[in-house]
Amino acid sequence: MSAQPIVIREVEKTFQTRGGAVQALAKVDLNIEPLSFVSVVGPSGCGKSTLMNLLAGLDTPTDGTILIGGKPMKGPQEGNAVVFQKDLLLEWRTVLANVLLPFELQNITWLDRKNRMTNKQMAEEMLQMVGLEGFGDKYPFELSGGMRQRVSICRALIQQPSLLMMDEPFGALDALTREQMMYDLLKIYKKYKCTVVFITHSIEEAVFLSDRVLVMSPRPGSVVRDLPIELERPRGMNTRMDARFLEYVREIRGVFQSQGVLAEV
Amino acid sequence: MKAGFNLRQALSVSATFLGFLVLWQLVCLFFDIPAYLLPTPTDILGRMIQDSDVLLRHSGVTLFEILAGFGLSVLFGIPAAVIIVYSRYFSQSVFPLLIGLQCVPMISIAPLLITWLGFGMVTKVMIAFLISFFPIIVSSVVGLKAMEKEMLMLATSLRASRLQVFLHFRLPKALPSIFGGFKVGITLAVVGAVVAEFVSSDRGLGYLQLVANSKLDITMQFCVIVMLGAIGLALYNIVGLIEKIALPWYRAARGGE
Repeated sequence: MSAQPIVIREVEKTFQTRGGAVQALAKVDLNIEPLSFVSVVGPSGCGKSTLMNLLAGLDTPTDGTILIGGKPMKGPQEGNAVVFQKDLLLEWRTVLANVLLPFELQNITWLDRKNRMTNKQMAEEMLQMVGLEGFGDKYPFELSGGMRQRVSICRALIQQPSLLMMDEPFGALDALTREQMMYDLLKIYKKYKCTVVFITHSIEEAVFLSDRVLVMSPRPGSVVRDLPIELERPRGMNTRMDARFLEYVREIRGVFQSQGVLAEV
Repeated sequence: MKAGFNLRQALSVSATFLGFLVLWQLVCLFFDIPAYLLPTPTDILGRMIQDSDVLLRHSGVTLFEILAGFGLSVLFGIPAAVIIVYSRYFSQSVFPLLIGLQCVPMISIAPLLITWLGFGMVTKVMIAFLISFFPIIVSSVVGLKAMEKEMLMLATSLRASRLQVFLHFRLPKALPSIFGGFKVGITLAVVGAVVAEFVSSDRGLGYLQLVANSKLDITMQFCVIVMLGAIGLALYNIVGLIEKIALPWYRAARGGE
């Protein structure tokens, strides 16, 4: 499935809680270019996960519409894949069986032996690409946190998504693993061209990975800055020392300062 | 490495048990305790061999009651747990009642069951069933409710149907808890069957023990206790073994226990 433009038009989301209505998202208007890498960065509780859930069809907006390829979306779409902050591997399945789960749920290969073999090959290639060759028969508990999240990324990629959504996927990992995961993600993005919406609270992560960074305000969340990142690809460790990289980071920090999210004592 | 450790532990347990038996034997001999108060382990063993046909016959009856009662509670407990988890009414109104009912000692309704169902096998099976039913249904409900919200979001994003969510997510997640219920249930089923036999019966290990007691046949009572212990231990370990085979991911996850 080829990537489609995504249009978010006047989307709002309000949650009804016991303490009354909480507005998570104030009016959000966005166009997302096909095949672009867009990061959403903002403080905790600013509604960035809410925005992703709406995009993934896991929740419905209180107001406004989301159009994918010009068509209003209803529920989770084929061609959309999500990676969550928790790896959410099924403990009772081997690594390979976890990666193949999306196929099994869609009954694509249930009776079709030949297809099953090619799917398995595809899964094995993917595991190889993220450095998990030979781990197919392991159970999740035998893997480290970074390896587990790599498996969950494979599980998303095997659906050959046109839109890959990632909700703070490296949030639970240590700093070094996190940095390595960024390099790996860029490699994956290069190989499996698709639109990526990446939710994070790390400014550096957002700038390093993206074509465009959307900065969100504290709740009720809205996009307060839409910043194109014009750093050439491929990006690597040196990019992080580039003066322009630091300038982008400084600019986003400035936005957070003006929003009162960051303040010096 | 792990297998070696288990072997060492098994040896240690066996040696301790044997040591205990030897001590028992020596205490009996040394203090000259009469056999009608406390028989020696060798007395008990001799008697078990001598009366093995009687013991085995009655054990067969009790074993059948245990297995039938436990089997019924698995057969009804798990579907009932599924209904409770999926039905708002059942989880909010029926389940609390079941929990409350659990506090009534099941043994106390044995006389009623005799009135309704007679003195036969059915009554014993029913009591074994009732007593092992509760731990199984409660732990199944707990297990089936253990699925995290995020997991459901993943399932939704993968466009899984309700049946698939149950089969691929909810049920496997619940299995360790369900097996925990089985282990408690099978132990309680033994208790249920024997106590039911105490209340009224003409066969089974509980009956054999009552008869031996009325004849002041202490050695035979010990023989019955040994048989019951062996049955209980064997059944518990069989459930444990099935769990290990069925859930390789779980046994290993808790460190090869």
